[in-house]
Amino acid sequence: MPHLLRELAPQVLGVLTRRHGDFAAAEDAVQEALIAAARQWPAAGIPTNPRGWLYQVARRRMTDHLRSEIARRKREDRAAGELAAAEPCAPPPDAELGLARDDTLILLFMCCHPALTAASAIALTLRAVGGLTTAEVARAFLVPEATMAQRISRAKGTIRSSAIPFAMPTDRERAERLGAVLHVLYLIFNEGYASSGGSELARVELSNEAIRLARAVHELIPHDPEVTGLLALMLLTDARRAARTGEHGELIPLDEQDRARWDRALIAEGVALVEDALPRGAVGPYQLQAAVAALHDEAARAEDTDWAQILALYEVLRRMSDNPMVSLNHAIAVAMVRGPAAGLALLASLDADERIAGHYRLDAVRAHLLEKAGDSGNAVRYFRAAAERTTSAPERNYLLAKAARLAWRDEHGRGMLRT
Amino acid sequence: MRYMLMMHAPRGAGDYQLRDWSPEDFKAHIDFMHRYNRDLTDAGEFVEGHGLTPPGQATLVRAGRDGKPVTDGPFPESKEFLAGFWIIDVDRPERAYALAAKASAAPGPGGKPLNMPIEVREVMSAPLEGA
Repeated sequence: MPHLLRELAPQVLGVLTRRHGDFAAAEDAVQEALIAAARQWPAAGIPTNPRGWLYQVARRRMTDHLRSEIARRKREDRAAGELAAAEPCAPPPDAELGLARDDTLILLFMCCHPALTAASAIALTLRAVGGLTTAEVARAFLVPEATMAQRISRAKGTIRSSAIPFAMPTDRERAERLGAVLHVLYLIFNEGYASSGGSELARVELSNEAIRLARAVHELIPHDPEVTGLLALMLLTDARRAARTGEHGELIPLDEQDRARWDRALIAEGVALVEDALPRGAVGPYQLQAAVAALHDEAARAEDTDWAQILALYEVLRRMSDNPMVSLNHAIAVAMVRGPAAGLALLASLDADERIAGHYRLDAVRAHLLEKAGDSGNAVRYFRAAAERTTSAPERNYLLAKAARLAWRDEHGRGMLRT
Repeated sequence: MRYMLMMHAPRGAGDYQLRDWSPEDFKAHIDFMHRYNRDLTDAGEFVEGHGLTPPGQATLVRAGRDGKPVTDGPFPESKEFLAGFWIIDVDRPERAYALAAKASAAPGPGGKPLNMPIEVREVMSAPLEGA
């Protein structure tokens, strides 16, 4: 049932917003209708027309709120007349609900508008388009419900004050706006995948929600290769979820993961999407990252990984975007293909880039490459430096354990080998 | 990103100095804190916040040899003590510093800002995987 509610939420919100123009009020009303449904349907059974039910309840809530608002302004008589005239009581005809497909997209474009901060866009998208309740969004982000409610209402305030219309972006804006939508979905996925805070359950739900929304966008815009690429990237990354952490939440790096625990169905689906997107010719960062993920996922053992292909992909990616994280991953690929010294030389050039100099990942990668090069003394030093700088507890534990193992082997291991 | 703001207050005689303040000053201080918390919530940044009982009641606990608690304290010699803390969720470190400065300026006797030191520490979490 939660799935059904989440599916219907943007459709009902779309119709309500189109009819009444007030997105913020409509969004509140739909949220109330969803909560009412979650309370009533389990006992009373799912109504025969669940979408109509939600629409009716939301519309009534909206009318109630409008009425009390009007009463507050003491203009009851005149405005109530206006309201009655503007309010058809019958549920919307199916023809109107048929626009639901476009509505979901329009809502996504609104909620992921570049005028909003990432945190606001994420919260609003999950509630308005994802159909999650405020409590669910708050739980996923580990903040009190009141805090999340304010974040959402501020986001809606920004939409109102920026006069962002409930309409498809113009052709001229469309590419940029779609980019913003994909970025928000990507952030939601990452929050659920990479973040360690909160219960694992809440995290998985967040990633699943990002995948669900990405699927919805892909269904609506099946021929956009970057949309396809993002969905593929999510699936190919999520496929490794079960293998990427140990029993106690400790990180397991890609080359040490038990590949039998990777989800073959997700990999197959992701690979098929990449193969569909790439030949279309409009190659973009999501497709390239998905292609890298696919190469990792398709290797039966870590040592079978096609690093030459991965390196070629990172070279394209690097030409496409000036992102130091990409340069860092590129350096790893170089090290895997041409040896650690070549990778380390590239890292030296990144030290001059102030966007990443001092970032723990630069030190962590350097430590790994130094270890590969056999310089365990410096590897230990950089593993420890990286551990000092990361703000992630599992990451810190992983780096410190790496440093401790190397240092111990340096001190004892060689002696033992000699005897 | 989450930060913990730790409010360090100067120590009186093992108790909050504010117990000796005038009722008006006390009320102004408490009102300030209520408003501060409400503003944090309104900004969508509040995660948690608590005041702590005075250090006169503080107990230091260690495990003894049998694992049973061995208690010690309080320690009247320390100059400052943790009076309370917040956890906030903000989008950049500068915002955390600004909020800390605001708390630091909580009113004291005569409405004068206390300018308490607020220690700002990032709470560990997992990173967003950059690409």
